[in-house]
Amino acid sequence: MHAVLLIESAMKFAIALFSAAHAPSSRRALLFAQAALAGGHEIVRLFFYQDGVYNASASVVTPQDELDVPRQWRAFVTDHQLDGVVCIAAALRRGVLNEEEAKRYQRDAVSAGAPWELSGLGQLHDAVQDADRLICFGGA
Amino acid sequence: MPKSLLIISRQAPWSGPSAREALDIVLAGGAFDLPIGLLFLDDGVFQLAAKQDAKALQQKDLSANLQALPMFGVEELFVCGDSSTARGLEGFALAEAQVLSAPEITVLIDRYDQVITL
Repeated sequence: MHAVLLIESAMKFAIALFSAAHAPSSRRALLFAQAALAGGHEIVRLFFYQDGVYNASASVVTPQDELDVPRQWRAFVTDHQLDGVVCIAAALRRGVLNEEEAKRYQRDAVSAGAPWELSGLGQLHDAVQDADRLICFGGA
Repeated sequence: MPKSLLIISRQAPWSGPSAREALDIVLAGGAFDLPIGLLFLDDGVFQLAAKQDAKALQQKDLSANLQALPMFGVEELFVCGDSSTARGLEGFALAEAQVLSAPEITVLIDRYDQVITL
């Protein structure tokens, strides 16, 4: 009975994250995303924009006794094979590059490899259209 | 029928990339022909102040991009009257923007399927 209720009320969420990895709102976004899947809901896409792009950076080093949010995101997106998109313009501006962009702009540091995809704002609009709900974290 | 999206822009134009990045979402939505609205709220109303001198700050001017919004198919432009009054702004650099009261903003937000506040 409980399972049936879950399926009937299952929602498609798009999650947009705008705050840096160390911000409380980024931790909340992660917990929300985990709870959404645990509750039988679907995440059509994660979209990292503005300072949210730092959540995709493998260069972030978190003190050992603190929650490593970028690492948790990586594991979460990989384990559940989610669509994790990082806005390419926002990422370039903040030095969060994948291999292709590092090569293109002749930079040494690659920090946003798999499972992240660097793409444009069209991916945000596309997710908004696809989802029942857009949930934003870390905006103004 | 595509879902409508309201962007609420709350940051001053020279306080970092936030205002520009909010505007970029709007322009991208316009390019995809999506029903998209833009509301200037709180310090966001400073984006509409006349006679800004971006060069003095070694920045690029946002005003030209704002003026281009109707050309990009974004015609739903709103500004919070209370926010602009509180900041002493009179008249806006964006003639198309409709000035709304607080209750009208409540109705406006209700009208959109999704909302992003930056």
